[in-house]
Amino acid sequence: MEGKIKYRIGKSSSFQLLTIILACSCVMPLVAILVYIIRAGITKINWSFLTNVEKPVGELGGGVIHALVGSMLVIFFASIIAIPIGILCGIFLSENKKSKLAYWCRLSVDILQGVPSIVIGIVAYIWMVKPLGLGYSAFSGSAALAIMMLPIIIRSTEETLKMLPDSLREAAYALGMPFHRVVLKVIVPCGVSGILSGVMLSVARIAGETAPLLFTAFGYQYLNTNMTKPMETLPHLIFKYAITPYKDWQDLAWGASCILLIFVLLLNILTKFITRKWKVQL
Amino acid sequence: MATSVNNELLTRPDTTSGRVISSSKLPDEVKGTTRVRRSHRQIRTENVFRRTLTIVGLVMVVLVLGIMITLVVQSMPSIRSLGAAYLWGKTWDPVKDVYGALPFLIGTILTSFLALAISIPFSFSVAIFLGEYYPKGWFSDLLKNTVELIAAVPSVIYGFWGLAVLVPIVRSFESSIGANSIGYGIFSSSLILAVMIIPYAASLGRSMIQMVPANLKEGAYALGATRWEVIRSVILPYTKSGLFAGVLLSLGRALGETMAVTMVIGNTSIMPTSIFSTGNTMASVIANELPEADKTIYNSALIELGLVLFLVTVAINMIGKRVISRFTNE
Repeated sequence: MEGKIKYRIGKSSSFQLLTIILACSCVMPLVAILVYIIRAGITKINWSFLTNVEKPVGELGGGVIHALVGSMLVIFFASIIAIPIGILCGIFLSENKKSKLAYWCRLSVDILQGVPSIVIGIVAYIWMVKPLGLGYSAFSGSAALAIMMLPIIIRSTEETLKMLPDSLREAAYALGMPFHRVVLKVIVPCGVSGILSGVMLSVARIAGETAPLLFTAFGYQYLNTNMTKPMETLPHLIFKYAITPYKDWQDLAWGASCILLIFVLLLNILTKFITRKWKVQL
Repeated sequence: MATSVNNELLTRPDTTSGRVISSSKLPDEVKGTTRVRRSHRQIRTENVFRRTLTIVGLVMVVLVLGIMITLVVQSMPSIRSLGAAYLWGKTWDPVKDVYGALPFLIGTILTSFLALAISIPFSFSVAIFLGEYYPKGWFSDLLKNTVELIAAVPSVIYGFWGLAVLVPIVRSFESSIGANSIGYGIFSSSLILAVMIIPYAASLGRSMIQMVPANLKEGAYALGATRWEVIRSVILPYTKSGLFAGVLLSLGRALGETMAVTMVIGNTSIMPTSIFSTGNTMASVIANELPEADKTIYNSALIELGLVLFLVTVAINMIGKRVISRFTNE
């Protein structure tokens, strides 16, 4: 009897130990990747890396300015498309909880959230690249990324606005405010932190997205600010150079990975702090 | 509905309260005053705003329907000329116009399920650790946030790291067990995928485990159960469906993951013979070949792969979401 109890207690604590070891070892790959990328990348970042465009193999002083500018432009235009539509759709869903259209809309957002990024890329390619005379363009890349941003913004907006107490809305109506002012001047300002963190999360998510850009923004080796032409972006540059055998180009990719990783992680951590400060649940 | 709080308007003796809807119902002397004009404008803005919201909601539905229809229409040439044989053809040779997607289906299934098998012990451990053993404390917060950050790292960076670090390790492992030592291949991709999908099952599992009613656990403890026995015979059976949903969501992610897999799987379009051989997944073959697919049928065959990927991931995600909502409503 005594032995059996000891055995059960021993089993229980050994299982607990196993859980702790397995859980903590999950952190290891992330730490390994962080340390490796930063150590390999930080030494490659210097002034000429940040101000030059890429050079042929063997020539010194190549840089990634074209990819930095390209990434910023593509993300900027994606945000311009996705943020207003996403927030408005989130408001629509939180204001019409029971209507039929809201049900279908919510279902669509759910579907969109699960669609692999490469499929979004194919669709953007079919819509905006394949028709004759269009060809690869940075704008089609922005459109693909905007489609990926939408579900994140819509979800966070809807969830945040749903949690606001009804009394807020009722008080505003009791003052005689019309619907649009209740929403824009009372509801949205109250939920701005949740909406903001959703927007930041979505930007962090698309900043590193490569698959949809493979056949939309495509890549270009010079600095280009024309949205109707192919454009290089950071993740695509990393992909292009990572699979080449040349050390010069791989070095460029390490530097670019370091910049991208730090940017994405900072954005994520900043979002975490915002959600904690304003006690938003996402 | 007058909203601007205007003193002059408020003090004016007026019987028709703020609720003005149609000007025809108003007494003549009120018509044409600033107040009526203002309320008209306001009602119009209100209607425009409501209509905009509805249109945006409609746009989302149309967008998703459009995606679906586009994929179907564009893969029609391939569906019509290749038929169902497309799905079990074993050779993929665009030069000779032979398109069989079976190697990619097998590649996708092998990588995703292998990744799932590797990641499940880890993600469930995290879920049990954070949900049951140590729900509070700075270390648990740190662990929770770190695990969530795993999902934030861009997949191209996982791929690059895999190329530089993981592939050589796998290569020496393969040569030590006597397999063909390439390093690239299905096994390497599964390892990378396993890391990438840990957070999905872990965070969902944690919230499910935290929802187990305390009185169930207390009852088991009162009967003399040890901690492990409570976890095995109360918590795990109670959260079964929630954990299953987490696994499904992870699977959905693994199936559609492109860049990391493309970079380490080796990209060969032949049937994989073992888990150490090179191969291709549906997503990686699209990423590699779509930009150069100029023939209509080739292009359409690749888009059909995208359609299959879309349908499978949507189905898996929908089942997962259904299970979660049923679990949380119970």
